[in-house]
Amino acid sequence: MNAQIAAILTMDGVATGAIYVLMALGFVLIFSVTRIVFVPFGDIAAFTALTLAALENRQFPGTVGLVAVLAVVATAMELFAILRAGSLARIPRALFFYLVLPLLPAALMVLVRGAPLGAPLRIVATVALILPIAPLIDRIVFRPIADASVLLLLIVSVALHFALSGMGLIFFGPEGVRTQSLTDFSVMVAGVPISGESILIVIAAAIFCLLLFLFFEFTIQGKALQATAMNRTGARLMGIRPAHAGTVAFLLGSAMAAISGVLIAPVNTMFYDSGFIIGLKAFVGAIIGGLVSFPLTAAGSLFVGVLESFAAFESSPFKEVTVFSLLIPVLLWRSYTLLQPEEDGEE
Amino acid sequence: MSRRQTRIVAALAVLMLAAAPAFLGVFSITLLNYIGIYALVALGLVLMTGIGGMVSFGQASFVGIAAYSTAWTSAVMGYSPWLGLLLALIMTGLVAALIGAVTLRLGGHFLSLSTIAWGLAIYFSFGNIDGLGNYNGIASIPPISIGAHALSDSVDIYYLIWGVLLAAMLGTHNLLNSRVGRAIRALRGGNALVESLGINAFQVRLVTFVIAALMAAVAGWLYAHMTRFISPTPFDVHVSIEYLMMALVGGSGQLLGAVVGAALITLMKNDIQDILPLLAPSASGRLEIVVFSVLFILFLQRARDGIVPYVARWLPQPRPEIPGKAEPLPRRRQPPAGAPLLQVHAAVRRFGGLVAVNEVSFEVRAGEILGLIGPNGAGKSTMFNLITGALPPSAGKIVFAGRDITRAAPRHIARSGVARTFQHVKLRPRMSLLDNVLLGLYPRTSAGFFASALRLDRAEERRARHEAMRQLERVGLAARPFELAGNLPLGNQRILEIARALAADPILLVLDEPAAGLRRQEKLALAELLRALRADGLTILLVEHDMDFVMNLVDRIVVMDFGCKISEGAPQTVRSDPRVQEAYLGGVA
Repeated sequence: MNAQIAAILTMDGVATGAIYVLMALGFVLIFSVTRIVFVPFGDIAAFTALTLAALENRQFPGTVGLVAVLAVVATAMELFAILRAGSLARIPRALFFYLVLPLLPAALMVLVRGAPLGAPLRIVATVALILPIAPLIDRIVFRPIADASVLLLLIVSVALHFALSGMGLIFFGPEGVRTQSLTDFSVMVAGVPISGESILIVIAAAIFCLLLFLFFEFTIQGKALQATAMNRTGARLMGIRPAHAGTVAFLLGSAMAAISGVLIAPVNTMFYDSGFIIGLKAFVGAIIGGLVSFPLTAAGSLFVGVLESFAAFESSPFKEVTVFSLLIPVLLWRSYTLLQPEEDGEE
Repeated sequence: MSRRQTRIVAALAVLMLAAAPAFLGVFSITLLNYIGIYALVALGLVLMTGIGGMVSFGQASFVGIAAYSTAWTSAVMGYSPWLGLLLALIMTGLVAALIGAVTLRLGGHFLSLSTIAWGLAIYFSFGNIDGLGNYNGIASIPPISIGAHALSDSVDIYYLIWGVLLAAMLGTHNLLNSRVGRAIRALRGGNALVESLGINAFQVRLVTFVIAALMAAVAGWLYAHMTRFISPTPFDVHVSIEYLMMALVGGSGQLLGAVVGAALITLMKNDIQDILPLLAPSASGRLEIVVFSVLFILFLQRARDGIVPYVARWLPQPRPEIPGKAEPLPRRRQPPAGAPLLQVHAAVRRFGGLVAVNEVSFEVRAGEILGLIGPNGAGKSTMFNLITGALPPSAGKIVFAGRDITRAAPRHIARSGVARTFQHVKLRPRMSLLDNVLLGLYPRTSAGFFASALRLDRAEERRARHEAMRQLERVGLAARPFELAGNLPLGNQRILEIARALAADPILLVLDEPAAGLRRQEKLALAELLRALRADGLTILLVEHDMDFVMNLVDRIVVMDFGCKISEGAPQTVRSDPRVQEAYLGGVA
């Protein structure tokens, strides 16, 4: 390996790493607010890529069916809960948030079925379609067990991943897809070709990290989320509903997943089940950040991307093995630097 | 149900299993073989997840490591499958020990998530190593032979599988009712209590994790030699979650749950594979995983306890035997009365800019009750944590019985003879009173994992149970030793904590606000008990709020306010000290 190859690999790795950064931040965001390790995160990113590809080929995206199923189930659960509580006045609101709003993009999609859409419109439509998935899942799966232990939530989350990836196969089929490049631009820097695609990925990741930071620092919603993450009971006493904060966290997480899906679609061939492994790699980055620190998480994810890129060059079949083996030294280091949480009351 | 009746039921079950091949066809026996193998993996998960509270999503990869080890040994290298078993156990044990060593110190979800990642890494390794047949797998694995008899028939290996499973269940059952088993059961609910009892929580976790992995290893060995062909697929992560499902559906924390869960899931899978094509002919293979996952999520939402505890409610409960007389355990020598026992020299503890304990010095003499009092926020609890090792001091020195314990870990301090109770009672509510007290006896006994599983610990166990019973009598809770600790009223829970502390045969008993939340009668009874303990030669350090309680009980008092010691002496002297009056009453007008 010479310096030029190393530079190319690094560039490549940084681009992949930037996508992991987005996903890892989503992980940390959802975990810190809801205590849920949201394993299906990668699945949502993969569904985004598949939706985008379907729109590009003027096919009807399977996402519509998926969102419809989720929205109907969530609405049914919400209505059942309302009827049991006897507060009928809440019905219109519930119908709007759980049925109308999630199905709006899907309905539009049915109307414009088969029509040619420009690239920006395709991306907007895809993100709008994907956004409701995570909050709906939260309502259906996690809300009924919001008080369960982290471990139980994790088991549910893993089971959920398998349910979703099974549904992905039903709605999207087994074919792998790769979307058109967002740009053909390319530039030579000191003899190293840098694709516009990579630059775009890095810039997009940076912008969304900045937006996330601004959201947390300067909006009341962001502060409410921070408060919930630090102390659920305290936040509740201040009038912040943890369930609501959870929905916002899932919505944001969904957006991060959708964006990473859009970015990864032109550079990786995506299958209905590709999301899991991509998500786990991002998760390695999140562990480097200890599941709490945003800057460390970002640095860790970039590192994972670069490592993967070099590992793929050295020995392609073992690149996953290399990345996951990185966990051993990372955890070893973490086990001496992280405070051990006292998990009381889990009897 | 008495012990004898339990044994008769168990013997009948074994007889039925032994007779099964005479009545069932080959297909049913093959199904039973799979159930037995899966149940063995699930049994390990019941031990580590249901009882020890650690979740593994990588159990299938442990099965895989073992299966590949033995397949390589027997099919590729041509050695005996028994040598394969040895290699399987060594490889799986090593991998599990390494994974456990790096993750078990961290919070529970780190371990679980790492197991997913390693599960995948190991799965990819199987598929990419040329010597292991890549994704095509290894074929023509020889059957296991006992002597000259090859277990190639499904009925032959049926006896081996179920024999191994029953032996593993018996061993686990013995283990759980032993010194080590109680420590495993205590792991759930946090380290603070476990470490304060002199138990090395990390070590107990690690060994439990490795044992569960070894059970998976034996299952993998049986699997490889039963199916005679292996490929990476049955060791994928989604199979791991099926194992977890078996352990939880059957009833986490129930040994029988492993078998019930394995049977239920295996039979259900079998049926779903028959039914789904009828419902949705085109998508049956895809629907299977969806149906399974959705059912599992519903189960976790609605009925977390599982099947066995639900059924067990309707069955007669086993009646445990009251511990009989046994030779008492050896006791520590108490130091002569009046000798300095605990010395605190200028202890300081800062939290950032706040000085919670500021240059506090005092000593506790053998045979006395010393009260540490002060208004809210005086730093009493911090002082308490410094003494018991829950927090390290920022500066200063603490000496106990001539030994510097300034920076010692809680379990080392506990082992040197300091027993404590907690301000917020820490018991294991789903363990019996007797078992809770037996936890306190951990450092005084020595039986290990193997001795416990093989019931070689019975003599020691009898002595320990006798001693625990004696401590329950001493505090007045001996009437119902098999009641669950969670069912006691708060006052009695505090008393039970004291019994547990006494079981450790301490030199110094440190009590953190023992009278908090007690009614008057209960306080009087507690004071009476503490006086009796002092009369037995025990030294007691008491952190307390309740003035009446302290004044009538203790020999000397140390008063703290805003992190500093402001007074020390006999109760009467302290009571008339103007600084103390000012601290409590905000200045005497």
